[in-house]
Amino acid sequence: MKIGAPKEIYPGEARVAMTPQSALQLQKLGYECVIESGAGEAARFSDQDYKDAGVEVVKTAAALWKASDIIVKVRGPEEIEVKRFRKGQTLISFIWPAQNDALLKKLKTKGVNTIAMDMVPRISRAQKMDALSSMANIVGYRAVIEASNNFGRFFTGQITAAGKVPPAKVLIVGAGVAGLAAIGTAVSLGAIVYAFDVRPEVAEQIESMGAEFVYLDFDDEVQDGAATGGYAAPSSPEFREKQLEKFRELAPDMDIVITTALIPGRDAPKLWLKDMVEAMKPGSVVVDLAAEKGGNCDLTVMDEKVVSDNDVTIIGYTDFPSRMATQSSLLYATNIRHMIDDLTPEKDGEPVLNMEDDVIRSAMVTKDGEITFPPPPLKVQAIAAKTEKKPEKTAEEIRAEEAAAMKKAGQQQTMLLVVGGLLMLLIGAYAPASFMQHFIVFVLSVFVGFQVIWNVSHALHTPLMAITNAISGIIIIGALLQIGTGGFIVPLLAGISVLIASINIVGGFMVTRRMLAMFQKS
Amino acid sequence: MSIGLVTAGYIAASVLFILALGGLSDQEKAKRAVWYGIIGMGIAVFVTVFGPNVTSYWFLIPMIAIGSAVGVVVAQRVEMTGMPQLVAALHSFVGLAAVFIGINSYLHAPEGLTHAEEIIHEVEIFLGVFIGAITFTGSIVAYGKLAGQIDGKALILPYRHTMNIAGLVISVILMLMFLNGAGIWTLLLMTLIALAIGAHLVWAIGGADMPVVVSMLNSYSGWAAAATGFMLGNDLLIVTGALVGSSGAILSYIMCEAMNRKFLSVILGGFGGPSGPAMEIEGEQVAIDADGVAAALEEADNIVIVPGYGMAVAQAQQSISELTKRLRAKGKNVRFAIHPVAGRLPGHMNVLLAEAKVPYDIVLEMEEINDDFPDTDVVIVVGSNDIVNPAAQEDPNSPIAGMPVLEVWKAKNVFVSKRGQGTGYSGIENPLFYKENTRMFYGDAKASVDALLQRIS
Repeated sequence: MKIGAPKEIYPGEARVAMTPQSALQLQKLGYECVIESGAGEAARFSDQDYKDAGVEVVKTAAALWKASDIIVKVRGPEEIEVKRFRKGQTLISFIWPAQNDALLKKLKTKGVNTIAMDMVPRISRAQKMDALSSMANIVGYRAVIEASNNFGRFFTGQITAAGKVPPAKVLIVGAGVAGLAAIGTAVSLGAIVYAFDVRPEVAEQIESMGAEFVYLDFDDEVQDGAATGGYAAPSSPEFREKQLEKFRELAPDMDIVITTALIPGRDAPKLWLKDMVEAMKPGSVVVDLAAEKGGNCDLTVMDEKVVSDNDVTIIGYTDFPSRMATQSSLLYATNIRHMIDDLTPEKDGEPVLNMEDDVIRSAMVTKDGEITFPPPPLKVQAIAAKTEKKPEKTAEEIRAEEAAAMKKAGQQQTMLLVVGGLLMLLIGAYAPASFMQHFIVFVLSVFVGFQVIWNVSHALHTPLMAITNAISGIIIIGALLQIGTGGFIVPLLAGISVLIASINIVGGFMVTRRMLAMFQKS
Repeated sequence: MSIGLVTAGYIAASVLFILALGGLSDQEKAKRAVWYGIIGMGIAVFVTVFGPNVTSYWFLIPMIAIGSAVGVVVAQRVEMTGMPQLVAALHSFVGLAAVFIGINSYLHAPEGLTHAEEIIHEVEIFLGVFIGAITFTGSIVAYGKLAGQIDGKALILPYRHTMNIAGLVISVILMLMFLNGAGIWTLLLMTLIALAIGAHLVWAIGGADMPVVVSMLNSYSGWAAAATGFMLGNDLLIVTGALVGSSGAILSYIMCEAMNRKFLSVILGGFGGPSGPAMEIEGEQVAIDADGVAAALEEADNIVIVPGYGMAVAQAQQSISELTKRLRAKGKNVRFAIHPVAGRLPGHMNVLLAEAKVPYDIVLEMEEINDDFPDTDVVIVVGSNDIVNPAAQEDPNSPIAGMPVLEVWKAKNVFVSKRGQGTGYSGIENPLFYKENTRMFYGDAKASVDALLQRIS
C-alpha cells in the first residue's frame, strides 16, 4: 500500500503530515511513501530530503491522489481535494467532525474511510497519537514567545548596575496542555506565573509546573474532569460571575495574559472582557489562543494583532503551529506514524480498520460509505472517576469490635488454661514425683520462652536462630555426664556427641557475633 | 565441685540464656545479649566438667578442643549468603548428639529406679531418640536443599501421608515392645524409621516454605535437648531445650502467618492446589536498560528497594549498598522494604544488608512501609518475586491468595531486576511484571546494579 502526503493548500498552513524521518518508519511497516513536490518546503524539508529517505516525489496533487491508497494530511480536505478521492481510499487528518457536517457527508458519498486525528480519545494507550496534545504543546510555547516578542520588558527580574527590573507577571487562563506548556515556558523565562482553571483537580499540575494556582472561593460547583474525558465543561452563571470578578481584580497587575479556555464543540467562553483590557497597564500583552473559536477576549480579532486604546497588544493568531512548522511537522508526522502503526498489526503494509479497537473506533468518522460519528462512549474512562470512600467507623464501633475481640481472646485463653490444667492433672495422677519436678521446670521454661521470643525484632530473626542454635548445643552437658562411664560404646558415642556439640556451640556463637557486629545505625 | 555448686551454676546459666534471647529485641542490646549466652554456656560447661560425675578429662578435653576449632573455622569461613545452610547443618549436630546420648542412656541406665520411674525413663529415651533422629536427617536434607545439592522442589511421593503415619504407628508399637523389655533392637529399629521420616518430611517441603522448615528444625533441636534433659534428670537441659523449642515454634508460626499458610499444611508439604484457573494477566512485560533506570533514579526523591533471594544469589548486596550510599548523598530518601519471608531464613535479608553496611534504620518491615508505596517515586525489586505478587490480593484462585505482600505496584515506577522471564522459585506467575508502571530490568542482579553505579556518581 502507498501512503501519500499532499502539499497543504489552506492559506498560511506550513505543516506537512509526513517528514523524511516518519517516512523511514512507515517503510519499516511495509508501506511505500509518496509526497507531492514542495509539500515539505515550508517546514524546511526539501524534495531531496524525501528522496534520500526513499520517498517517491510526484509533481502534482492529482498524481499523488492517484498513486496513494492512504492520504495523510494536516488540515481537513478542501472542496477541490475532496473531489480527487476515489472509493476505498483512506484519509488521515484533522477533521473536526462535530463542526464539519458537510465535509463528513461528502467524504461519505465518496466512499472514503476517514480517520480524524482530533477524535483520538484521551486514554494512556493513545497518547502517542494524540496530535491535539502535541500541537497544543507547541501552541503554548509559541504563545509565550509571541507575547515576549510584543512585550517591552524582560520576563525575569534583575538587579543590574543600570537599575532594577521587576519580573513580568503572567496569567494563564485554562490549564490544558497548551496552558501547562505556556506555564512551563513562562516560568523558565523567569516570569511570575499565575494560572487559573475551572477544574480544581489541575491545581496540582499547575503547581508542579512552578505557577501559582488562582483559587476561587466557590463551593457548590466543583467540576469533575473525569466525567467529560478530561476537558472543561461550561460553567454556571454564578460561577462565571465569581470568575470574572477574580480576573478583574488581577487585571491591573498582570503584564501578560494568555487565555486558552476552550469547551469542546462550543464557542470559546468570553473571559477577558473589555474592561479588564482597559484596566491593564500600557504595554501589556494578551495572547488569545481561543481566537479560532471566537476568542476568550472581547477585543480579539482572529489571525490579527490589534492594539487597544490604552496600548495593550491583543494577539489573535491561530497559526501558532505553522509558525514553528518544522517542530510541529515532526511531532504531527510522528503522531500519524503511530496511528498507522496501530492500524498495521502485522507490519505488512496492509492497514486493518479494526472497529473493535477503542482508539480506532473513536477516530474513525466515515467507513465504507457510512458516517460512524459520533463514536460510542469509551469502555475505558479517560481519568478514573473518584472512588467512593468507605464510611469511617465511628469510635464506638471500633471500641465495640475491640471489646468483642478481647472477649473472644479471653475465652480462648480460658479454654486453653482449662484443657492444659486437666492435662497436667492427668499426668500428675500417674507420673512419679521425680518426673513432676522436672516437668514443672519444663512447662515454666516453655512459658518463659514464649513470652521472651515474641519481643524479638523481625530483623533479628536470623541472629535469633543462630543463637538458639548455639544454645541448643547445651546438649553437650548430657554427653559430658556420660563420657566417664565404663565400656567402649558409651564413651565413644558420648565423645562424638561432645565433639559435634562443641562445633555447634562455638560455631553458633561466633556466627551470631559476626552477624550482629554488622548491624549499624546510619 | 559439689552438687550444690553445680546447680547454682546451672541456675546462673538458665538466667543468662533467657537474658540472651530477650536481649534480641533490638540491635544495640543484641550485641550484649550474645555475651550473656556465651558466658552462660561457659559456666554450664565449666561446672559440668569439674562437677562430681565427670572424670575422663584426657578424652573429653581434646574432643572439646577439636570441636571448638572446627566451629571457629566454619564460623569464619561461611559467607553470609550461606547462612541458611550453616544453620541447618548445625541443627543436624544437635539431633545426632541427642540420638547418641539417648542410646547411651539406655546402655547405662541409672540404678535404683522404681518401676514407674523406669518406664518414664524409657519413654523419655524413646522420645529423645525419635525427635533427635528426625532433626538429624531433616536438617541434612534441608542443608542439601539450601546448598543446592538436592533439588529444591518438593518431592511428593504417592501415599506420603500414609507412609509417615505408618512410620509413626510402627514406632509407637516398637515403644510398647521396648517398655516391655524387648531389648535394644526395638530402639535401633525405631531410630532408623525416625531417620527416614525426618528425611521424607523435609524432602516433601519445597520452594518458598524453606524458611519455615529451618525454624521448625530449630524448634525440634530444642525439643530434642529438652527430652535429653528429662532422661538425664538435668534441669538446665530441660530449661534450655524448652527455650529453644518454643523460640523455633514461634518463629515458624510467624513465618506461616506472613505467608498466610496453615502451619500444618506447610509441615505436611506442598502448596495447596489452586482452587480454580488463575486469573488471566493482561499487558506485556516491558524491558528497560540501565540508562532508563538511572535516569528515573536521578529524578526520584523517594526510593524503596525490595531485596529478595535473587540479591543473595547474585551477591549484589555490596553494590546495592554503594548505590544506596550515592543516592542518599544526593539527598534522596532511600529505604529498604523487607518482607518477613524474603530469602531462605527469617531475617535473611536484614543480615545480608547489614553485612554490606546498609544502616539498619532505613531497613523497614512490611507493616512499616506498605502504606508509603503510593508516595514512592521509584521501587527497585531486586530478585524477589512472590513477596511483591499482586495476585495475592487480586486473584482469589492464586496459590498465594491472601498472603500479605509488599504493595510495590502502587508506586509511580517499579523496576524489577530479574534474570529472565521465568516464574521464579515457587513457579507462580506474577502480574506485577505486566503492570503499566512496571519495567523489567533483565540481567544478573549484581551486573545490573553495577551498571547503574557507572551511571550514577
